[in-house]
Amino acid sequence: MKRFLLAAAFFALLLLIWDAAFRARIWSPVLLPSPWQVAIYLNSAAVDGTLVKATVITMRRLLVGYFIGLVVGLPVGLLTARWKLFGDTIGTMALGLQTLPSVCWVPLALLWFGQTEAAMLFVVVMGTLWSVVIATETGVRNVPPIYRRAALTMGSKRLHMWFKVILPAALPFIVSGMKQGWAFAWRSLMAAEIFVTILTGFGLGQLLHYGRELSAMDQVIAIMLVIVVIGLLADKIFFSPIERFLHRRWGTSQA
Amino acid sequence: MHRAGRHRSSVTEELEIIAPSKLAIENVSKSFKGASGPVLALDRVSLNVAEGEFVCLVGASGCGKTTMLNIIAGLEKPDSGRVLANGKPVTSPGRERLVMFQEPALFPWLNVFGNVLFGLKLKPNLSKKNRHDVAKYYLELVGLSRFERANIHELSGGMKQRVSLARALAPNPRVLLMDEPFAALDALTREQLYGDIQEIWKARRKTIVFVTHNVREAACLGDRVLLFSPHPGRIQEEFPVELPRPRDINSVDLAGYATRITKALKGLGKTATG
Repeated sequence: MKRFLLAAAFFALLLLIWDAAFRARIWSPVLLPSPWQVAIYLNSAAVDGTLVKATVITMRRLLVGYFIGLVVGLPVGLLTARWKLFGDTIGTMALGLQTLPSVCWVPLALLWFGQTEAAMLFVVVMGTLWSVVIATETGVRNVPPIYRRAALTMGSKRLHMWFKVILPAALPFIVSGMKQGWAFAWRSLMAAEIFVTILTGFGLGQLLHYGRELSAMDQVIAIMLVIVVIGLLADKIFFSPIERFLHRRWGTSQA
Repeated sequence: MHRAGRHRSSVTEELEIIAPSKLAIENVSKSFKGASGPVLALDRVSLNVAEGEFVCLVGASGCGKTTMLNIIAGLEKPDSGRVLANGKPVTSPGRERLVMFQEPALFPWLNVFGNVLFGLKLKPNLSKKNRHDVAKYYLELVGLSRFERANIHELSGGMKQRVSLARALAPNPRVLLMDEPFAALDALTREQLYGDIQEIWKARRKTIVFVTHNVREAACLGDRVLLFSPHPGRIQEEFPVELPRPRDINSVDLAGYATRITKALKGLGKTATG
């Protein structure tokens, strides 16, 4: 409770500083709207449905792309860890492509797929995929050989070995790869939505873009806040519980 | 009533004391690629272990005793020669011969109970209830019933090795292979485990091959102590230990045996360096 109060006080203080800066008129109110104006925009956008619609569209693109990236990335990571041939070829390619900032896929996606949902999806998948492949491969390669040997003596083989020993042993690596993939996918999707107008649906990135076009700073800041909150929620709801479980089981942290 | 009776009988069947295997190691050789050419880890080693015998392999590190153990386990293949367990050649690992490693190779993603269950789940024809009963039995045998829900990292070194022991015993193997299982423990914990392992060995009747570099430990546990010489790895000398059990590691008689074995071990060192 005390921790919560301190955190709440911290954010209240941020708001106060923001408000004070607005009142001091150091910058033009066009460039720095008051927290209140942002709140009014958020409220009206929530009431007329634009915000909810944009959030749903963005989250759908993100989740579908992320899911595809995971479903493809995990087995590919296992293959590259298991067979040298795959490691030397696909593994090397994954390592190279992972260093490519995922927003760099946007021009290519545009030319290949045009201004379509497919282009958005492609960018998200590319953001996710390579991180998951690399993390899975690293995780599997770092499984202490003694786990395999112990499992072998108890009669574990092939699929059982993969699913009951190697994958769980590699889990800490895989989860951190999933988290990185999520971050990359989220960033690249926002970049794509800001760059590219897609007529089949306006996402949060597009709202941000039009906020800039209209010089509607309250809209820009409000959408940025929404994006931050979504990122925080994803972390708190999805990744934190998994990480807490891993820390508790593996004993890697006191938290 | 009838069903309940049958159910109980299958757990007792699973916990039944089965005949331990005899092992025959015939002319086993094994070499590794070293930094300066091949190293002969084992040079035509032959050895017989009787059913239910407790044999200790002693030697300096790098003398091939762990390689010997891995070959008996089926984790490594010999270059030549063969290992027979109850007359059948060993070609791969099998749950008839379970290994307890120096580092407790427990799985951190499972709790204590899950670790003991792991090998049982791989055993066919065991109902869930039976598996659980068997796991509970062995956790009690090693004195860790209270910790079945604990995570591995919460256990002390000695407790981890007790869980390893329970995990190795649970599938009811005929042979237990132990690779310096107590080397990383403090003296007090070790002494406790010497008593426990002798008791469990007596209660569960296993053939045990125990690798160690601790001479006293070998004399305390083994029916026979085999001294390995390094480069190339060979069995140099054999010491039958004829002391009543349970043996106390601090007893004077035992010290006599240990002194003789240590002397022989030092003699080996001299010829090797001189």
